[in-house]
Formats: sequence, C-alpha cells, structure tokens
Amino acid sequence: MPDPRTAILGRLRAAGDSGPLPALDTAVLERRQWPAAERVARLRKGMEAVHTEFLDATPTTWPAVVRAFCDREGLKNLLFGPACQDGAALAAAWAPGGTQLMPYDRPVEAFKQELFGEVDAGFTSTVGGVAETGGLLLMPGPAEPRLMSLVPPVHIALLRASTIQDSFWSAVKALGWGRALPPNALMISGPSKTADIEQTLAYGVHGPKRLIVVLVDDLA
Amino acid sequence: MSPNSCGSAPVHAETEVHFRDAAAKALLDPQLRANFRRAMDGLITKRKAQFPDPRDLQDLRDLSTAIRSRSLLNLPELLEQFEANCTKNGIKVHWAETCEQANELILGIMQAKGAKTLVKGKSMVSEEMHLNAFLESKGIEALESDLGEYIIQLDGETPSHIIMPAIHKNKDQIARQFSQKIKDAKYTEDVDELTAMARKVLRQKFLDADAGLSGVNFAVAETGTLCLVENEGNGRMSTHVPPLHIAVMGLEKVVARLEDVAPLYAILTRSATGQAVSTYFNLITGPRGAGEKDGPQEVHLVILDNGRSRIYADPQLRATLRCIRCGACMNHCPVYTRVGGHAYEAVYPGPIGKILTPQMEGVGVRHDLIHGSSLCGACGEVCPVEIPIPEILVRLRREATHEDLGSAVAGKGTGRTATEDWAWRLWAGVTKRPTLYRIATWFATRFGKALPAGAPLIKNWTQSRTKPVPARRSLSERMRTEGGPHA
Repeated sequence: MPDPRTAILGRLRAAGDSGPLPALDTAVLERRQWPAAERVARLRKGMEAVHTEFLDATPTTWPAVVRAFCDREGLKNLLFGPACQDGAALAAAWAPGGTQLMPYDRPVEAFKQELFGEVDAGFTSTVGGVAETGGLLLMPGPAEPRLMSLVPPVHIALLRASTIQDSFWSAVKALGWGRALPPNALMISGPSKTADIEQTLAYGVHGPKRLIVVLVDDLA
Repeated sequence: MSPNSCGSAPVHAETEVHFRDAAAKALLDPQLRANFRRAMDGLITKRKAQFPDPRDLQDLRDLSTAIRSRSLLNLPELLEQFEANCTKNGIKVHWAETCEQANELILGIMQAKGAKTLVKGKSMVSEEMHLNAFLESKGIEALESDLGEYIIQLDGETPSHIIMPAIHKNKDQIARQFSQKIKDAKYTEDVDELTAMARKVLRQKFLDADAGLSGVNFAVAETGTLCLVENEGNGRMSTHVPPLHIAVMGLEKVVARLEDVAPLYAILTRSATGQAVSTYFNLITGPRGAGEKDGPQEVHLVILDNGRSRIYADPQLRATLRCIRCGACMNHCPVYTRVGGHAYEAVYPGPIGKILTPQMEGVGVRHDLIHGSSLCGACGEVCPVEIPIPEILVRLRREATHEDLGSAVAGKGTGRTATEDWAWRLWAGVTKRPTLYRIATWFATRFGKALPAGAPLIKNWTQSRTKPVPARRSLSERMRTEGGPHA
C-alpha cells in the first residue's frame, strides 16, 4: 500500500485538470485607494469602531505621549523590546519613577508566570497599517517577541501615519510579504473580542482588553 | 463504509440517520427556534451592511471564485510547493487519508514530546476527526478555548454552527451552565462577567498546556504559511504559548499566493459575521526562529483527505471544495434557521453540510440530508465563492437513486426505493403514450377533487398545506376546444 502522501497526490493527479485557469480580475481591489490624509482617517474610524483607542503624537513627542498615558492609567509596568529601534528610543526617553519599563530580553520560559500574571501592558512597533478596514501590521521577532502584543491586558502600538497602506492586499505587495515572511506576522484591528454569547460583543476575552494606538503624524 | 470515512465517528454509524425526525423534534422547541431566528436575522443584516455596492460584491465574488477555482485546478502542484516551503521553514508536514490516520498522527506527535494536555483553537477539521474524544480515550486532555467551543464542550455538545458553535444557547442557559460547571463561579447573566470567567479559566490552561492545536483558514503555497482568522486571541494563544503547535487542515485549503488571500479574507469575514475585518489575522510561517524568545519550538501540520480527493475527481462536485467555511449559507437558509444545526446530526450543518456530508459519508447513509432543502436558492445566492449548492443537491439526489451515472460518488444508488422506482416508471409509461396520457388527465381533472387529503403520498403534502385541486379541464383540452395561437 502506498504511503498516504503518494496515494492522495496520486488520486488528485489522476483526476486531472478540468479546463483552463480562470483569469483574475483585481479591479475591485485596485479601486480601494485614498490620499494619505484620508488613509489615516479611514484607519482611525475603522479601528475606533471596534474599541481601539488613539493617542496623537509627533515624531518627537511620542515617547512622552506613551509615558503620559502609562502614568495616567497608573500602569505598574510596561513590557518592551530593548533591541527594537522604537523600544530603545522609548527607553532612552524614560524618566525613572512611576511606570516601570520591563525589557522582554529572555526566553519566555524564564518568566512565563510573571508574563501572564504581573505585566500590565506591552509596547510594540508596527510595520504598517491598513486604511480600508482599519488594522495594524506587526512583524514580531527576536527584537519584539510574539506575546508582547497578546498576553498583557493593554497593548500600546506605535503607528507612523506614512506607513498606512490602502488595503491588506496592497500592504502584502508593498511589504513584499509574498516573497518572504518571518515565522510570525499579523494584522490586528482592535482589542480581543467575542460575540459567542448571544451575539453580544464582549471585549478582552483572551488577548488584550485595550488596544492603544500612538499615531505619529509624519506626513508633513 | 467507504475507506475514507471516519469509522470512529459516534453519530455517523452505518445505520441511516434521520434528519426528518430530528428536524421535526427541533421545530417543537420554541426556545431553540427563537435563539436561531434572532441570531440569523442579526447576521443577515450585518452581512448586508458590509456590501453596500452590488457591483463591488459581485466583482469580489467573481475574483474569490476564480482564485479558489485556480487553486483547485493546480491542487497537486500547489500542495507539493506548499509542503516544500513549509519544510524549508521548519514546519513538519504529515499526510492523512482518513480521520483515524490523522488522529493517530497527532497522538504520535504529542507522545513523542511527552505532551499530556492540548489546548485548542477553533478547527472544524478536528471536529470532523472527533479528535477530542479520541485523545481523551488515550488519556490526553483536549480543551476547546474558543469561547463558543468552550461553552459547548462544558455540556458535551457539538457545534450547531461552523462559525458560532454555541449559537443555539442564550445567555440564561450559559449563565446557569457556568454557575454549575466552573469552580467558584457565581450566577450572573452579565455577558462581560461570563466572558471574564472563561478568560480566567482558559488563561491558566494556555499557560499550562503542553501543546496547542489550530485549524488553517488559508494555506499559502508560495511562502509555506498558515493563515488563521479570529477575533478572540485564543488562536494566537494556542499557537504561540505552548511549546508545540499542531495544525490540521483539509487538503483543499491551499492557495497559490499570499496576495490571493487578501480578497478571500475580505469576503470571508464580511460574509461570515458582517465584519469588514477580524480582530486578528495571523500568519504562521514557522516555529520559533533563531534568536526568538517565544513561539512554539515545533510546528506540525496534518493535511487531511477524508474523501476530499474523491470529491475532487468529479468536475461538477469539485466546486464543493471551493468552500471557505464562512457559514453564510447557513445564516440565510430557511431550513437551517428553523431547525438549528444539531438536527443535521453532522459536523457541517446547513446547506454546505447537505452537500459535503453526503459526499464524505455516502449519499446512502445521509440520503435524508440531500432532501432536507426546498431548493429556494438562497445559499447559492450568498455564497462568496459561488458554489452552486442547489444544483449540487439535485445532482446528489440523482446520484442517490442511480448507480449507473459513471461517477465516483460514495454510496451512489443506495437511496433507491421500490415505491419511488415504480412511481417514476408509471409516470414515464403514461407520459410516453399520448392516448394513455389523455385518459389519465381526463380522470385526474374530473375526479382529482374527490381524492381524499389523507391518501398515502398526498398526505405528506397536505399535512401542512391545503390540498391542490386540479382544474376542471386540462390545458391541452382547452387549447383544442377554445383554440390558441398554435391551435
């Protein structure tokens, strides 16, 4: 008896193709285009509709905006990636006292309990945004581990307005994700939510209860 | 039983399952009907709001259909390319012809790592495999973490909808259930509080689990990527927190390019729940990489056939495999809305289930399902990938009573009954002989009225409808006597 792989592929091949490949008309995707300022507004509207909160900032003020938010909310600590450029910039601007910066600089196995139980918030960068529906594009990795945007109850994400793409489709092309992808990449449009109980929306079911976007206006 | 079917499936024994009886029972449950009606009305409204422009909708459907059709035309090549890229990325790929093989593979993967507990993201293929029951019989705890799946697992139930598995329950029922089954839980009907209770229990489970399992919404051949669509974050928890991630997928899920996924994803969430986008769209292209501080050490993927390659062999039935599991056909089905998902006694309920289940398990075994439709066409009209569900239903009805159509349909011809056979022979005999036909219609028009509503066969129609009364004279009789354009 052939192994399952050979048997399955053999059956599929034996079925043969049926006709020519249908053409792909992507006009409906290409119609989704907006000027830069409108992309920002669309992203914001889409994400606010699913309870994402926005903080306005500039290329120079954003570390202070993050800090002010943490102080205002009385966050005990903030997890960040010290090897990431934005993480390093945040740490450089961080004055002692108040919310404590907590580096994610060791394997998760070394502090899993602490991560699940003791961390109030996580700060990450983004590699872009999606205007059409609202959404942040993240590429976790060695500098910014995957769980930073998932486990802490508050996720603070830094988004530069200039990186917002028209749609997920155009973002995939612009970022070259079809050629190479890291082990994990993702789009996030809001805090974790569910409607599994009687179609009633509830936020913060498994992932973050709050998503804060620090929106850097770098369009000028 | 066909070699590809799930022999261990508890509800799919070789004996015929009767949708008619289960549906009749469900119709008598006003609570169930109210729960479904409310939920389906909400979903229909929300989907409609997502497609304000009919041209955009049709263009997006055409594109999505073309992408899925192309994927299927190139399926063996794409599967090989996908497998090669996964392997390059460090994902270990396994193939299973049957659910039994897939279950054994997963057990083997877990045992090799000494894993005793599994936390699951939502996966319909794992439902198809009855994986939870299998693992539990081997001493492994398999816990559902999608809130809806968690709710039904607490009661030992199966999903009643592929997207919203606990849709048959209302919050009072869930409140009672949580207060009885979750340790130290107090009774509350507040949805936020109920959600918080589940969060607390499941967070500990994510933390402790030895392995995580997920399904796959789209598999990308060019990059070797598994795409996961979800709102809750339990999919990310299940695939990133435990040291071992096992994914399961039906072999039809592969698409050529990542950019092909964008329109499919756009139409999936809009069709399913009326959302323009889900909270998370997760792309998994490998286990924890060099220098990474989290993520699973190992990622395994099980590619399951379970009858799909047989469906694939038939040019018309192949369209069934275009399905992206959005559930819109269920939400818009007048039958599903009234009887609910459990009446189908199948993993996949509703219109897509009516064509998928009989093809997987045999049209003879699930003969009742292909007749549980009024052929109103709503399912075909809303399907984002234009699967002609009504046409396929008609085709399967024909297959069920004919074994000589040259197809590969499982259980073909086994639904044939002597009564029906005899009735059609009689019909053919009469309609092929003009004199006989004229005599028959003369009798029918003159005496049809006298036929009692409770007569056999007629009774099936008249028990819920008024008896049709034939016209006094047949149309051809009137044409002959009164004349007409072609008289």
